[in-house]
Amino acid sequence: MIRFTDVSKVYPNGVRALTDINLTVEEGEFLAIIGLSGAGKSTLLRLINRLIDTTSGAVEVDGMMVNRATGRQLREARRKIGMIFQGFNIVKRMSVLSNVLSGRVAYHPTWRTVLGLFPEPDKQIAYRALQRVDILEKVHARASELSGGQQQRVAIARALAQEPRVMLADEPVASLDPITTVQVMDYLRQINVEDGITTVANLHHVDLALKYATRVVGIRAGRIVYDVPIKGLDRPQFFRDMEQVYGRPIHHDEVLGEA
Amino acid sequence: MEQIVVPKKHNLRRNLTILLVAALIIGSARFAGFSIVGTLSGILRGGRLLGRMFLSPAWSYAPRVVDPLVETIRMSVVGTFIGALVAFPVAVLAAENFIRKPLISRPLRFILNIFRTIPAMVLASLFVAVFGTGAFSGVLALAIFTFGLISKLTFESIEAIDYGQVEALMSLGANQINVLRYAIVPQILPQFLSYTLYGFEVNVRAAAVLGYVGAGGIGQVFEQNLSFRRFDRVGVIIILTFFVVLAIDFVSSAIRRRLV
Repeated sequence: MIRFTDVSKVYPNGVRALTDINLTVEEGEFLAIIGLSGAGKSTLLRLINRLIDTTSGAVEVDGMMVNRATGRQLREARRKIGMIFQGFNIVKRMSVLSNVLSGRVAYHPTWRTVLGLFPEPDKQIAYRALQRVDILEKVHARASELSGGQQQRVAIARALAQEPRVMLADEPVASLDPITTVQVMDYLRQINVEDGITTVANLHHVDLALKYATRVVGIRAGRIVYDVPIKGLDRPQFFRDMEQVYGRPIHHDEVLGEA
Repeated sequence: MEQIVVPKKHNLRRNLTILLVAALIIGSARFAGFSIVGTLSGILRGGRLLGRMFLSPAWSYAPRVVDPLVETIRMSVVGTFIGALVAFPVAVLAAENFIRKPLISRPLRFILNIFRTIPAMVLASLFVAVFGTGAFSGVLALAIFTFGLISKLTFESIEAIDYGQVEALMSLGANQINVLRYAIVPQILPQFLSYTLYGFEVNVRAAAVLGYVGAGGIGQVFEQNLSFRRFDRVGVIIILTFFVVLAIDFVSSAIRRRLV
């Protein structure tokens, strides 16, 4: 479970990114966050694993106050929170296997990981993770040789290797073509459903949110302005409601259709 | 058709600049005792000297040049190695995007800047004064010179890395050392090796003259023969040094092209 209590974030340059965020994400939910660029979606996501510090309020993940965790405590909290990025952020000069194994760094003493000595069970975890996203045959390839969609799958495998309880996805498909987009989103849903991993994804496309999420939260200018479950959603009403999030309603012909 | 009249362009600034630059050049030439007559006679004397060096070099002397040449290369290898070894951790600390401790990186960068302004020759003469003549002083000078060069280039490389990979490693729960190992080193290693090879090239050239201040290597033999006016031997030294430096530059840049 993820809980934001009265969270605000002001960047050092004075930009007010988030104001009074109160949000609870239940175990096993697939939450899509939508909103314009600059609305605060990425900031919200990065507060969950403290890649960014909160200015005030509390962020709690599975009972741990992440916004106050430091050092080893923070690293152990992050270990349980997988994250994938718009730019994939896998290490291109390493093999696919090394990338996925790096998902295990927080489980072992530093001397071991620095030498790259991951025990056999970890390798099995890595192989299984690669198998789940159907890319095991690339295990020894150099990451830079892979296509964008393949790189994102390796990134998902790396996050899976963490054996996380929570998965964060920051615009996971924004750099991908429509076909690969569906693949990557399917993997995320599969992981969410089969493993019960709570998933929070920032999405640009409203239709992807509708198709994959169990709940949609809209952010505008740093505030939560919209929050509905997808189950039993009245779609025409939903598109009209998008005015609260995007400043004007979304028309049917602006949606990508059934992605 | 009516003529268009535009106001004349003022050339005062340009004229003043030309005047100032001319005055500076003439002034410096006078101060340096430069004279055209002197230069011409120098060129004639230089030509005779070159003739004595290269028309009939004392090839029988060549075998005795080999050892000092090898020593020069050895000095460069050791100096480069030590310099690069120290440069790496210092570059990591000096990069402002990783450790994020301005109290460490700022003074460190300042010190690195100072290191780089001291020419290897000056360092070498300093160490000869402290540790005496010989290769050790030369190696030390080269190590410090290389250190200044490589650490600067490396910390700039670190600051130019794709920070997303660092962020990803942090999201995995990695500590700073793991971030370094998995996100930073893979990104900068080829550049770092390339800088090290470049440092080696520069060092071989620098080492060839370091002997002049007594810091070992081929320069020392060069200086002795020059003071005995054995220009035929000096010619041999110059030719051999030239080809060794050329070969090393060639091989090293070929490797560097493949690295990056």
